[in-house]
Amino acid sequence: MAEHGNGDSTAVVKAGDGTSGGYAIDNPGLPPHRPRLADVDEKAAKRSERQVAAMFIVSIIGTLMFFVGYFAVARMDQFDDYFEGMTALRVQNTLIGVGTALAMLGIGLGIVHWAKTLMPDHEVTEARKPLRTEADRAEAEEIVTGIIEETQIKRRPLLRNTMIAAALLAPLPAVVLFRDLDRTEDFGVERMRHSLWDEGVRLVRDPTGTPIRASDLTIGSAMHVIPENLREIESHGDRLAEKAKAVVLLMRLNPDDLKEPTPGREDWGHDGIIACSKVCTHVGCPVALYERHTHHLLCPCHQSTFDASEEFKVTFGPAGRPLPQLPITVDDEGFLIARSDFTEPVGPTYWERGHTDPEGDFPA
Amino acid sequence: MKALSQKRRHPFAFVALLLLGLLLTGGLYAAATTVNQAQASNTPDGFSSEQVEEGERLFVANCATCHGMNAEGSDAGPSLVGVGAASVEFQVGTGRMPMQMQGPQAQQKPPQFNEEQTTQLAAYVASLGAGPGIPDDEWLDVDQGDPARGGELFRINCAMCHNAAGAGGALTEGKYAPSLHGVDAVHIYTAMTTGPQNMPVFNDANIPPEDKRDIIAFLKTYEKQGSPGGFSLGFLGPVSEGLLIWTLGLALLVGSMVWLTSRSS
Repeated sequence: MAEHGNGDSTAVVKAGDGTSGGYAIDNPGLPPHRPRLADVDEKAAKRSERQVAAMFIVSIIGTLMFFVGYFAVARMDQFDDYFEGMTALRVQNTLIGVGTALAMLGIGLGIVHWAKTLMPDHEVTEARKPLRTEADRAEAEEIVTGIIEETQIKRRPLLRNTMIAAALLAPLPAVVLFRDLDRTEDFGVERMRHSLWDEGVRLVRDPTGTPIRASDLTIGSAMHVIPENLREIESHGDRLAEKAKAVVLLMRLNPDDLKEPTPGREDWGHDGIIACSKVCTHVGCPVALYERHTHHLLCPCHQSTFDASEEFKVTFGPAGRPLPQLPITVDDEGFLIARSDFTEPVGPTYWERGHTDPEGDFPA
Repeated sequence: MKALSQKRRHPFAFVALLLLGLLLTGGLYAAATTVNQAQASNTPDGFSSEQVEEGERLFVANCATCHGMNAEGSDAGPSLVGVGAASVEFQVGTGRMPMQMQGPQAQQKPPQFNEEQTTQLAAYVASLGAGPGIPDDEWLDVDQGDPARGGELFRINCAMCHNAAGAGGALTEGKYAPSLHGVDAVHIYTAMTTGPQNMPVFNDANIPPEDKRDIIAFLKTYEKQGSPGGFSLGFLGPVSEGLLIWTLGLALLVGSMVWLTSRSS
């Protein structure tokens, strides 16, 4: 048995009476060696051997299960019937997953059990190396002073200053590169202030694209709506980006349930039909869980709750602003149309949101 | 036959034929209108007056306490004028009505009325005022539906509350959207047309009957195919899966570490 601690008295934390320099508690050494059951009893050793072998056999069975699952079970697309194919897929997934798990686990558990019960278990203590000696410290100091001396950095300030200047300038390309991620000119933060909605744009159903008559909505109805001009966008990516800003939930309340609108918003609805942006003003999740009697609109991500009867004001949760309402009316043919774009940017707060709009469309 | 063919070109043959034709059309028309009149003696939804009477008796005995003697509503329950037969089919057919107790929303339980009684109640409520009716079998036949299209419609219109797998989810203040697994096609359909509890209405102008059938076909397909691999854990996604791995998974890890470092006996 080796001795605990190390010989360097400067490196150990001292405790105790403060005068003797010894440990607060005497080193008790290791507990006496206790032989295991398998060390003394040959039957127990045999039992351990069988257990380890059994775990390895479990691993072998697991590997076989994997191959049965992979090769013997017919692939899903080999079935005419969809549901039979799904059953085969389920069996296949289960065999592959459980088989692989058993194959790995069996080997691991077997080796650990082998080591714990049968391999030699004599105790070994490895003494800790001295943490730091005075000689090491002096040597390190010598190296640092040596560098200062040999580089002559004190004697040649031109070298020092140009090096510092170079080091300060070197990260600037990174700043420029990362600034490109902002793409202020190409991406156009102004795009976030506007959506496809505009005066006269028809409200159409998502995803069918059919226009909506006011009479299509009975009281209590809710409809998921996109702007009609969305389908004119050719590129799939652009269409998705515009859809993400323009998605609207349309609902019809009993007009008596609607609270008095704030001045300037009197004609934003049509006979109890109101429309709001589905993008949560907190972090932009789709708010579409609408309760038709309480008029609650619930965001599923952080439980922000908006009251549709009071201009979508926040009644609960982390959202900071009401959902933007889309002003709507009815055109000559009786279809619902937008009166204008949203009068404020939809969705969560972003850095430039509060800045003055150069076109003057939105209040700052 | 010979005599007929000889008289074919008789001057009066044309007149006789015309008379015969008129008689046939008129007779058929008369027969058709009597059939229509026979139907008209029923309610517009096709219920008989006996069903309405029987339904009224059941209504007075079981529902009038809350909904009022003439279904005009009271403080305890809403008016049922104009809610239609579909509402009764859903609320009574799924056991939500009669309600066991007041709460955030009516609970589903074993139906208290059999099919015949439910139809009679529906007949009575339908006779009070026009409302959504019980759908034709054609719209409940999932074999005619398109599950893929229904899935898209479901994800846009329903999944935000009922979960992408139809497993249901929480709403505000104790209310919830129930699981749709194991729900009869007619109840899925009537729930859409009537908007029970706090569910919005999805009438036939919003989601046409064909689309409703597609949605039902999607739900039934999903229900039948089951989980493609392993346990579904209630189809609740990261909620139940995370709970399992953070409790059972971590417990297993801790347990195996304890075993790994313990001495063998």
